[in-house]
Amino acid sequence: MIRLTFAAALLASASPLLAETHTVSPGEDAQARLQEALILAEPGDEIVLEAGRYALTDGLSLDVDNVTVRGAGMDGTVLDFTAQQGAGEGFLITSDNVTVRDFALENPKGDGIKSKGADNIVYHRIRVTWTRGPHQENGAYGIYPVESTGVLVDGVKVTGASDAGIYVGQSNGITVRNSIAEANVAGIEIENSRNALVEHNVATRNTGGILVFDLPGLPVMGGGNVIVANNLVVANDTPNFAPAGNIVAGVRRGTGIMVMANDKVLVENNILSGNPTAPVMVIAYTQPFEDERYDPLPREVTIGENTYDGGGYDPQLDGAEMLLAAFGGELPPVLWDGLGSVAAVESTAGWSLNLTEAGKGLGGAQPGPLRVSEPTGEFDRSGIGAPAALGERLAG
Amino acid sequence: MRQSAVLAAAALAFAGALAVQATPPPLQYVNDEAIAGSGMPRLLSDYGFFADLGEQVPVPQVYPYRLNTPLYSDGADKLRFVYRAAGTQFRADGEGLIDMPVGAALIKTFAFGEAETRRLVETRVLLHRADGWVARPYLWNEEQTDAQLAVVGARVDLTTPKGEAISYRVPNKNQCKECHGLDDAVVPIGPKARNLSGEWLAQMVAAGHLDRMPQGADQLPLWEARESASLNAAARAYLDVNCAHCHRPGSTASNSGLDLRWEQQEPHALGIGKRPVAAGRGAGGHLFDIVPGAPEKSILTYRMASSEPGVAMPEIGKETVDEDGLDVVSRWIAKMTP
Repeated sequence: MIRLTFAAALLASASPLLAETHTVSPGEDAQARLQEALILAEPGDEIVLEAGRYALTDGLSLDVDNVTVRGAGMDGTVLDFTAQQGAGEGFLITSDNVTVRDFALENPKGDGIKSKGADNIVYHRIRVTWTRGPHQENGAYGIYPVESTGVLVDGVKVTGASDAGIYVGQSNGITVRNSIAEANVAGIEIENSRNALVEHNVATRNTGGILVFDLPGLPVMGGGNVIVANNLVVANDTPNFAPAGNIVAGVRRGTGIMVMANDKVLVENNILSGNPTAPVMVIAYTQPFEDERYDPLPREVTIGENTYDGGGYDPQLDGAEMLLAAFGGELPPVLWDGLGSVAAVESTAGWSLNLTEAGKGLGGAQPGPLRVSEPTGEFDRSGIGAPAALGERLAG
Repeated sequence: MRQSAVLAAAALAFAGALAVQATPPPLQYVNDEAIAGSGMPRLLSDYGFFADLGEQVPVPQVYPYRLNTPLYSDGADKLRFVYRAAGTQFRADGEGLIDMPVGAALIKTFAFGEAETRRLVETRVLLHRADGWVARPYLWNEEQTDAQLAVVGARVDLTTPKGEAISYRVPNKNQCKECHGLDDAVVPIGPKARNLSGEWLAQMVAAGHLDRMPQGADQLPLWEARESASLNAAARAYLDVNCAHCHRPGSTASNSGLDLRWEQQEPHALGIGKRPVAAGRGAGGHLFDIVPGAPEKSILTYRMASSEPGVAMPEIGKETVDEDGLDVVSRWIAKMTP
């Protein structure tokens, strides 16, 4: 008897005490029932969204730690925000250790799922779709973790975002993998973040495929330690449809992988095809700024082995015709502005603007072949990516 | 909890026994257990804040107050009250929030319409418990006799004072925190000394509710008298009260880098020449939050002038455009030297 009690106690401590499953079904009052489940959940609970279409009128929010929200598949459970009347996003998460998986959001008025200050979050097999396709009045970000430590985005699909499909901002310890970003302005964007791994994704039909940015004037700056590897970056040729004013509105149609500012970025083993401005672009921040903490240059960017199927065959750049003529009809695949420091493996074909000063425009450009040194030593991968424990949550 | 239930039952029985005699009603007390306990009362009447709930007449221990410059809420008339637990005293803390010890409560009722047609829509309570402040919304019933806890909020069809028919949003528990959250805790927003009248504060001190007159009290202009204040003060007060609970470090919109607090003096942090971060279509094709001299090119005013989700600011808590606030902020930007 005593032994039995002891075993029961062990069991209890192994799984969250009294964890419950709350099942929500679509239909009448779905908004209130779903939001109520999100509010009344206790740490350890799971909220199950049964298959079907949920007609929602307001943003949803979760502020309880250690909760899983699970649907019946990204095409089975659809949260439909077409008639949304309020809030800046479809679903806002502000608590830690949350897992969202296996459901879709359609047509949120602002962002799709935003998680802010939500550490150790997992997004798994989530779909965010603006069903009319590229449109400047679509919401900005599909998947939007910000100011968080520990972010795993796995198997998601985002279409139609007027800024970035998958956007990770001001965060640390990040993995974005196995995901599809299609027909957004930016497919995947890592901004002002450290220790990010972007791998095994498909970025296609965006204006720009994968962007790694560091911007001034934000609470968290100093982006770096980023690996962009083993991605398929194909046919990113959608005209830029971002509303003016946003940083991505300046991204040229046909950009494959773009690194702006940042410290220590590795780009390798990607397949790049059909990115008509530049399959790979490494540049300094282009705007004037007053933030003394900010370094606008790309530092220690490493271009490893990548597979380039052609280069910039239809660049959206000033003086494109002259450039094409000068380079024999097609620009080499890697474009550097000449600022900061870049290393590339020997086989890399590229060109440089040979600028000498950041933020002064292209007036001083003296385009010429890329002349950079080869990488010295191994890229330091330590600490890059989401904590391993986040991946363990994907089972089941 | 049980003890107070027994007392309440006894009190009821006692009152019943005396009902035939024409004596004054017994003194009413606020239910401290409801405020500071772990439960969440289902009805607003459970707290005992009001002698006449429907008329919003508070019991003597609950004090009405106003803010010099209030938050815009679709033109709602807002009735604000504060309760101090017996044996505690509020403490002045400079121009910022009055320090209200555990057991305190802030009560705010949102009403639309005048006199006979006045309709109470919701009452929001902030309760200071041992483990921090908690915020809860209560939705008024049709009969206007009581309000019921509505953790998921609600939508209520009503007409604003300007005659706009809207679907008014009563916030849910999480949305309360979207504005009241600071460094992951819930805090009051309104009762900052700089936005409270000196006269009211002096009364609170004289009555012993507040330990001393706060330094820097009563700085923000009276909103209805804003034309006699400086344009800068009126605009900065408006931004502080309507925007800065999110647009400040440690709060919901901290990642924007925009800081609209009254005390912020750095132009870039206030949005002057600042590029947007995550505005999306909220930027409206404009390049900067504030373009000096050009409100028509400023994202700040563009978003204030919108009632469309995804563009409109604030994101929650309003369905309509505050034309008065927009006017003040637009004129403030127009007068800036480019």
